[in-house]
Amino acid sequence: MSNTVQEKTTLAAQPLAEPLPVHLRINGEDHRLQLRPWVSLLDALREYIGYTGTKKGCDHGQCGACTVLVDGVRINACMTLAVMRDGQEITTIEGLANGDKLHPLQAAFVEHDAFQCGYCTPGQICSAVGLIKEGRAKTRDDIRELMSGNICRCGAYTNIVDAIESVTGGTI
Amino acid sequence: MSSTNYVGKPVSRVDGYAKVTGQARYAVEHHVPNLLYGFIVNSAIAKGSVTTLDTSEALKVPGVVQVFTHKNTPSLAWFDRSYKDQDSVPGSPFRPLHSEKIRFSMQPIALVVAETFELARYASTLLKIEYKEESSSTNLSESLPQAHEAPKGKEGYMPPKSRGHAKKAFSAAPVKIQAEYIHGAEHHNPMEMHGSMAIYEKGGKLLVYDKTQGVANTQEYVKKVFGLSKDDVRVLSPYVGGAFGSGLRPQYQLFMAVLAALELKQSVKVSLTRQQMFSFGHRPKSLQRLALSAASDGTLQSIEHTCYSETSRFEDYTEVVVNWSGLLYQCANVELDYQLVKLDVYTPIDMRAPGAVTGIYALECAMDELAVALNIDPLDLRLRNYAPEDQNEKKPFSSKELRACYLQGAEKFGWNKRNKEPRSMREGNQLVGWGMASASWDAQQQKCAAKALLTPDGKLTVSSGTADIGTGTYTIMTQIAAETLGLPIEQVEFKLGDSSLPEAPLEGGSWTAVSVGSAVKATCEEVGQKLLKLAKKKKDSPLANAGAEDVVFENGYIILKKDPAAAVSILDIIRDEREDIEVESAAMPGMIDKLKYSFHSHSAVFAEVKVDEDLGTIHVTRVVSAIAGGRVLNPKTARSQILGAVVWGISMALQEDSVIDHNFGRFMNHNYAEYHVPVNADIQNIEVIFVEEEDDIINPLGAKGLGEIGIVGVAGAIANAVYHATGKRIRKLPIQLDNVLSEP
Repeated sequence: MSNTVQEKTTLAAQPLAEPLPVHLRINGEDHRLQLRPWVSLLDALREYIGYTGTKKGCDHGQCGACTVLVDGVRINACMTLAVMRDGQEITTIEGLANGDKLHPLQAAFVEHDAFQCGYCTPGQICSAVGLIKEGRAKTRDDIRELMSGNICRCGAYTNIVDAIESVTGGTI
Repeated sequence: MSSTNYVGKPVSRVDGYAKVTGQARYAVEHHVPNLLYGFIVNSAIAKGSVTTLDTSEALKVPGVVQVFTHKNTPSLAWFDRSYKDQDSVPGSPFRPLHSEKIRFSMQPIALVVAETFELARYASTLLKIEYKEESSSTNLSESLPQAHEAPKGKEGYMPPKSRGHAKKAFSAAPVKIQAEYIHGAEHHNPMEMHGSMAIYEKGGKLLVYDKTQGVANTQEYVKKVFGLSKDDVRVLSPYVGGAFGSGLRPQYQLFMAVLAALELKQSVKVSLTRQQMFSFGHRPKSLQRLALSAASDGTLQSIEHTCYSETSRFEDYTEVVVNWSGLLYQCANVELDYQLVKLDVYTPIDMRAPGAVTGIYALECAMDELAVALNIDPLDLRLRNYAPEDQNEKKPFSSKELRACYLQGAEKFGWNKRNKEPRSMREGNQLVGWGMASASWDAQQQKCAAKALLTPDGKLTVSSGTADIGTGTYTIMTQIAAETLGLPIEQVEFKLGDSSLPEAPLEGGSWTAVSVGSAVKATCEEVGQKLLKLAKKKKDSPLANAGAEDVVFENGYIILKKDPAAAVSILDIIRDEREDIEVESAAMPGMIDKLKYSFHSHSAVFAEVKVDEDLGTIHVTRVVSAIAGGRVLNPKTARSQILGAVVWGISMALQEDSVIDHNFGRFMNHNYAEYHVPVNADIQNIEVIFVEEEDDIINPLGAKGLGEIGIVGVAGAIANAVYHATGKRIRKLPIQLDNVLSEP
């Protein structure tokens, strides 16, 4: 069998959308940027501002590595465009510690060895901050269920639950 | 008192702070001026050639700098050997952008380079590509007649050795089973996608950040392929977001980033997408045939094990799959065979415990089937056929506490409460099943070098060009260095992931802790000897007559063993000296012991599953993993290694499967939504036991490495538990609800 396969023969370069002014408040600091509307919040953080603590694991909202808090709510930063977050308050992993003093969840993750490679860790911790704020998790099983948007390929799940539980004292 | 005796203590990760605060920077997270972004385009067909690759529309986009294809890539190294790396296998390594020929689906065919990521990605959609497609063959089961014997050539691969007369013993034995087991391909999918940054420096030198398990391997590859000198390329990889084997060979994004940086004389960053993480090496699909026979008391009479495993058209990837069946149990008649089948796929690559997870899964399921045929408890069957020595090599083990794993694991699990009958244990509509399996892995050591620098302020910096892919290398090396010189751990720093450091072996094979650890220990001991020499010279030194064997280094002091009051402060010695003490040294495995003994870690795994009788959903509710892995250097990170490996085993048993559509020769579920790995809710109780295992033969640390042993037995134990729960023997992985519901 031999046949010719063609693809993408009709596309022509289109004029690009112009950059727009975007004001993001990140970890308490103002950032005023000019961004094309196709820039995701994740890429804005990592590539345009330099907050690489927020990780890219799939860019499709499937892994949770890019979890940040927007006005206190946990979201996947890859699933939202930066221009949609104009004027909003964004907290990343870099904004959780108070100077050298770790956020209780950060300290608990170290103590309980709740990570190995560390790549999903910023997303896990931001997600756990959001989880606690939501007040929905009452049991260990609830934590497992409600942390299931954050994949850890190293498989540190039991330690992640231990770490979160140690901060909430077993009841959230 | 002995506060600086850190080895064996649950020290928290020394890189923990950097990782929980977001300060740890992975491969593509470095900021340099005038950085360009590369986006890779992959082939839509599995076999044939590119006939048209028109880049003109893409190049019209303002901000797009260049598009590299096979048509404009400069001629690079000619010979195959320039493309070989430390984990190469026999054959011709894949050369990106080398010609119009397509040899596997998603082969990279173009690199679009632009001023931003978004521009490069957009422009990549504007390429006009036409192919001449040839029919591809990716179906292992249908291609068995073309199988060939696996060649030697890859380090660690040993062709299987048979012994006795297995077929004769099989036909004469009273109890026997025969079965065929299949598992699909799997992709490593570390959380961090493969990425490289080639930073173009003054004078044309390159600083490369690469996601790799070996900076020296990356450096050597770049040097050879692009004709550079060693001084022209420095490779850094301080943090690696998981790899599990995918970073053992240089992947194509490295080639792309370096090519573009050299051609454009500008820094370039290239990261794969999650979809592209399915476009290079994977755990090969395998088909295995087992035949076991036993006397009616359970004594094994014969073991026959054949494996057919896939490889690419251009390389012969080999694993040690069937040899384990000659190792794990006492048996005089063993026939082993390992065959490769060439398909139109990319060359497979080592994935956590390569070969052993495949072979031991099948062997341990077959042992369970034999136990059922014999009406013997599966654990009893293992104990009855316990192998006190390595029969493949006819050598004693340096240590083997597998029996303790069986007994302690069984007790913790409550195995003696198991009702042998399938479908006999239930909770409401949940069928409860208990299964177990044994496991083994090599305990190897490789040559490794390290460097130590003790400065007058009492700070010790130890370094080696190894990697920490989440394994805990930073931490345990810091512990070993601090303990060897008796210094507080806060004063000790370990550096890795830099090709300018003393060379370490590839990070893999569970040999890093032992290989790098032995080098760190030897190097620090040499620093200790220099310190002792200086201490002896001090006025009225209490150590004036002490030899190396008369002292210990502890709590910041060199202390006379027979008179602990006679001690000299290490800080005083180095402060008075006012000069750095620097030592570079290396450690090698003991060759004589290597000839005399067999080195292996072992484990016993017990698993509980609950299968919903109506819906067929399978949950692993409990796993007990008992490990005999020598001395545990850090119980906290060691436990995490095993926990993670058990999660991998659960994943292999029930979830992971790279599904190929043979019409297109393409892995179709190439994303995290359709390629399932466990999420938090999938993982319930996991208990880890490290049994005492003393081994003063294997290496100076008495350790065996723990990265792989933890996964090996898990899938078999779970498959056996599913049988016990349901009475259905599913001989393929992953086991999914439709198998449980539909098969007899």
